[in-house]
Amino acid sequence: MSATSPAPSRAPSSGRLGTVVRHHLFWPVAALVLLLAVNTVFRPSFLRVSILDGHLFGSPIDILRNCAPLMLVALGMTLVIATRGIDLSVGAVVAIAGAVALTYIARSPDPGSAGTALTAMGIALVLALALGTWNGFLVSVVGIQPIIATLILMTAGRGIAMLITQGQITTVTSAPFKTLGAGFWLGLPVATLVAFGVFALVAVLTRRTALGMLVEAVGINPSASRLAGVQARTIVWTVFALSGLFSGLAGLVLASNVMAADANNAGLFIELDAILAVVIGGTSLAGGKFSLSGTFVGVLIIATLSLTVTNLGISPLVTPLFKALVVAAVTLLQSPVMRRKLAERTRRVAPEPKVVAR
Amino acid sequence: MTTVAPRGRAARAQGPGGAPTRGRARGWRIDRRYLPVVGTLVVLALILVVGGARYDNFLSVGVLANLFINNSFLIVLAVGMTFVILTGGIDLSVGAVLALSSVTAAYLLNAGLPAGVVVPLVVLIGSVIGLLIGAMVHVFEVQPFIATLAGMFFARGLCFLIAPESIPITDETFVALAGWDTWVAGQWRVTSSVVIALVVVAVAFYLLHYTQFGRTVYAIGGGEASARLMGLPVTRTKVLVYVISGTCAGLGGLLFAMFSRSGYSLTGVAMELDAIAAVVIGGTILTGGTGFVLGSVLGALVLGLIQTIITFEGTLSSWWTKIVIGGLLLVFVVLQRLLAVRRT
Repeated sequence: MSATSPAPSRAPSSGRLGTVVRHHLFWPVAALVLLLAVNTVFRPSFLRVSILDGHLFGSPIDILRNCAPLMLVALGMTLVIATRGIDLSVGAVVAIAGAVALTYIARSPDPGSAGTALTAMGIALVLALALGTWNGFLVSVVGIQPIIATLILMTAGRGIAMLITQGQITTVTSAPFKTLGAGFWLGLPVATLVAFGVFALVAVLTRRTALGMLVEAVGINPSASRLAGVQARTIVWTVFALSGLFSGLAGLVLASNVMAADANNAGLFIELDAILAVVIGGTSLAGGKFSLSGTFVGVLIIATLSLTVTNLGISPLVTPLFKALVVAAVTLLQSPVMRRKLAERTRRVAPEPKVVAR
Repeated sequence: MTTVAPRGRAARAQGPGGAPTRGRARGWRIDRRYLPVVGTLVVLALILVVGGARYDNFLSVGVLANLFINNSFLIVLAVGMTFVILTGGIDLSVGAVLALSSVTAAYLLNAGLPAGVVVPLVVLIGSVIGLLIGAMVHVFEVQPFIATLAGMFFARGLCFLIAPESIPITDETFVALAGWDTWVAGQWRVTSSVVIALVVVAVAFYLLHYTQFGRTVYAIGGGEASARLMGLPVTRTKVLVYVISGTCAGLGGLLFAMFSRSGYSLTGVAMELDAIAAVVIGGTILTGGTGFVLGSVLGALVLGLIQTIITFEGTLSSWWTKIVIGGLLLVFVVLQRLLAVRRT
């Protein structure tokens, strides 16, 4: 339940809106608690965290570490979706970033040095930012619908990643690079710290400055926000660029976790998982109001779900089936029709949810 | 062109119900509606000419006949997808439904059920999943993107539940059906899957252009609120397009099972993207309201030809296929965008 506590403080303005946001988060958090409960019933030691080799160890830590790439991708996706957009290319950007970094390290004369690792990361991140900027250009300047503009890079991106790795699965050994995905700092996985750090930074930037409000304004009504003096084009362009950058970082985390760049499978379906996490978190695909805390819970649900399936001894290949059930349940519970029915019962939140959803 | 807002309005106004502009420029407007499809035809011709000039035997009847044989399932998927996209929706589930249908076919045939029962059953699976998705979109007002995404995960998970490994199909009737072929004009080889695909195209063409249902599909894409105000059966039609797309995916799975003589859970990964790409390259606009089934068929053939060219080239690696398709998508989308801008 602890994950919900920052929600009301991050929620914008009045107490009534705060109630609605808490209402949004109720079902996702309930699903997460249910998942954790199921795990604990099947394996009582599930929630135990012990110290091993000087760092924390246990299933909750596994969840936190495994969710790092998805957390980064879903963060960018939340902002993009808030402006009425969608970014399908994130999986391809994940693959490209991993491919570029590892190919650079593999070809460098000194793969083990920290300088090489940092340069590789830098190149990959700049390229990812450029790809995000390209998406933003297509959407905000050329005026192509986001879904099709990013579909282009989604289709071509894996081909480009294959081109970079020449169709091979590039593997390297570089201790400094491995730290990002598999290292620990202060007892916690570095990947988690990086992902949560970036997440917190964006949360502060959007909720403690006007940025979040501007993003929501663009999502709610682009023309009205433009007339009100909001630089709609710049905002849209920026969120796509950020989505690319975060996906690139996620690609580095993934690649350094396994120390291999697999152009075909790295980040496969991560765009769908990210969109799922955002939707489970209560951000509407129609744009407008977004909930970073909701996305946070959504990502944790998906990461926990994957671990649950493994824990219950079911083949991980069947995971999609459970994802489908969770999505169906959560989206149906959040659907306008169901909310209207719930609202009839709890008269407190009468017609507001519908307004928020549009 | 300045912000996001006019883009949405411009795209909306392209529906067939764009009454205000009709009087102004009727002749060139009709031209314009066919323009994207003409573009697809030009690309198709260009690929054929370039291929014919570069490689011997490229323009042979055998290569062209194989183009239809190897892409029959993609044609069927693209046809189903056209209906959904015309209403302004999208169907991400088709690849997974195709896999589910082919795996189920293989599994049931292996279990000894007669082909006469299995074939209609697996097509029906697609229809049922389409119906569920349509109900989610309609009754619960879930966005099509999310509803079909759930459908995709659902179907893919079921595949692995039924059979994690590849199942060969040995049923005699089914193999005979899959192996049936005939030679048109003595040289053009036509298999049963090509016949099925062409029948699907013909039925879809009739549905879209000669029935009230088809007109309603276009009307919804042009403006859902207006269609509703006109008293058209919007709800029924919007559920039906997902049923059609699901049925096409089920049929596509059958064709894929006939093509590969096996069922495997990992078939059709990302095939929904190929189908969407085929529809877009075929000139259908993703906001709905404008597009043609035959355009989608041409789009599927363009994708198939790119694959063929890359096979003929030999030295080019397979990943170039994706890059070229992405590039082609870009060109088409930007061209459509330019057309939309010039119009406003």
